Amino acid sequence: MAENSLAGGFAAPAVNSAVAFRGIMMAMAEPGRIMPVSGGIPPRPMDSAAGVLALTLCDPTTPVGLMPSMDQPAIREWLTFHTGAPIIAPGEAEFVFGRFDEMADFTVFRQGTSEYPDRSATLVAAVASLENSGAVLRGPGIKESRALNLPDVTPFQANAALYPLGVDVVMVAGGDLVAIPRSTRVEVE
Amino acid sequence: MTDPSDTSLGDTPPEGTHDQDYNFAYLDEQTKRMIRRALLKGLAIPGYQVPFASREMPMPYGWGTGGVQVTSACLVPDDCIKVIDQGADDTTNAVSIRKFFERTAGVRTTEKTGEASLIQTRHRIPETPLEEGQILVYQVPIPEPLRFLEPRETETRKMHALEEYGLMHVKLYEDISSHGHISTAYAYPVSVEERYVMDPSPIPKFDNPKMHQCPAVQLFGAGREQRIYALPPYTDVVSLDFEDHPFTRLRNDGVCGLCGADDTYLDEVIMDDEGTRMFVCSDTDYCATRIEEAAE
Repeated sequence: MAENSLAGGFAAPAVNSAVAFRGIMMAMAEPGRIMPVSGGIPPRPMDSAAGVLALTLCDPTTPVGLMPSMDQPAIREWLTFHTGAPIIAPGEAEFVFGRFDEMADFTVFRQGTSEYPDRSATLVAAVASLENSGAVLRGPGIKESRALNLPDVTPFQANAALYPLGVDVVMVAGGDLVAIPRSTRVEVE
Repeated sequence: MTDPSDTSLGDTPPEGTHDQDYNFAYLDEQTKRMIRRALLKGLAIPGYQVPFASREMPMPYGWGTGGVQVTSACLVPDDCIKVIDQGADDTTNAVSIRKFFERTAGVRTTEKTGEASLIQTRHRIPETPLEEGQILVYQVPIPEPLRFLEPRETETRKMHALEEYGLMHVKLYEDISSHGHISTAYAYPVSVEERYVMDPSPIPKFDNPKMHQCPAVQLFGAGREQRIYALPPYTDVVSLDFEDHPFTRLRNDGVCGLCGADDTYLDEVIMDDEGTRMFVCSDTDYCATRIEEAAE
């Protein structure tokens, strides 16, 4: 095990995770709102926001999937040491980490069932940058509309059409994250 | 070790710190992660009841074990919390929950709706309009709006999956046929984003319109029934009704005997053995603020 896989966790787990969760929750409650989170430093190429989300939400009861760009020994060891989450095939996982371009087909991930739509995957997708311009988001959590530079609108539109099934997407860039849950309707600018 | 003769248990630790015998906000981290994951799915599917592994809390079921677990999972050290029970800040339930979080999380507390970042409530929505960034946590006894119409969980789950809510309309229709109007006065069912029918918890139907397009985050925790559900800000929440019997708010016809408000939800208080009654605002903070303002 590489020595640096032991570093980069929360210094004060209870308080760090509480503060990080509040950021993630407000992001999920207000889709398209860019929220900074901090406290954890995962190995590259994982963004720090993705690492903080893993430290806050993943544990031995949540199977995690890694797309090829994240499926590296350093990241596997870091996740295993800090969260204890089992790493399995992305198609079966509860949380999936990767780059957005690797995950553009949302339908290969867990979609939930009509009786239990909550049993669906949360995708943590790395993008180059996040800014409030471009595609128009509407839906719960958004007063009228909000703009976001989505890399591609098609998978989000297909995902929203499956509502209440579908995946929830958290996009990360550096220390920022933004959530697009399945309830968000996306239109081209 | 705690000295067993120490009777100061329950004393509030110095401001800004919490009782170090407990993890921050009482619950262990594994439990909080489980609740947090349920909250996120709840926010992603507004009105849908997410099952969660509710824990035993140091208070009886019916005292807000669900709300306390949700609050515990959401709290951050900078929070300022307000707890109300039927609108009142000074009832046993509200005081003990406020004290619980003062001790286990070291957070500031308030009775002012406008100052609170998180409000835990039992059966009321404050009269003062909520703002963006605030969180309202409801204590929920029975989260399933269809439960009294269909006792089997397997069936109600199918009904939600199939969006089969005819039974609820039949229930409201039966109200009209026996009473001439929809007599359901509290826990009045709502439709969320035209998809899930949701129990708003036993708030009076007077409060129902406040949920619609509310700027605050609304979270619901049912401890005994092990369900969490949520409404993000600016969500469509519509009370079920009929074209010829539209939804109406209900309040006692009177004015508050203390502050004179004629537009708030009123409690009826019996004053003596002769049947003298008076109406007072159920929201104690709103009422006290109005009295203060009038005195100035």
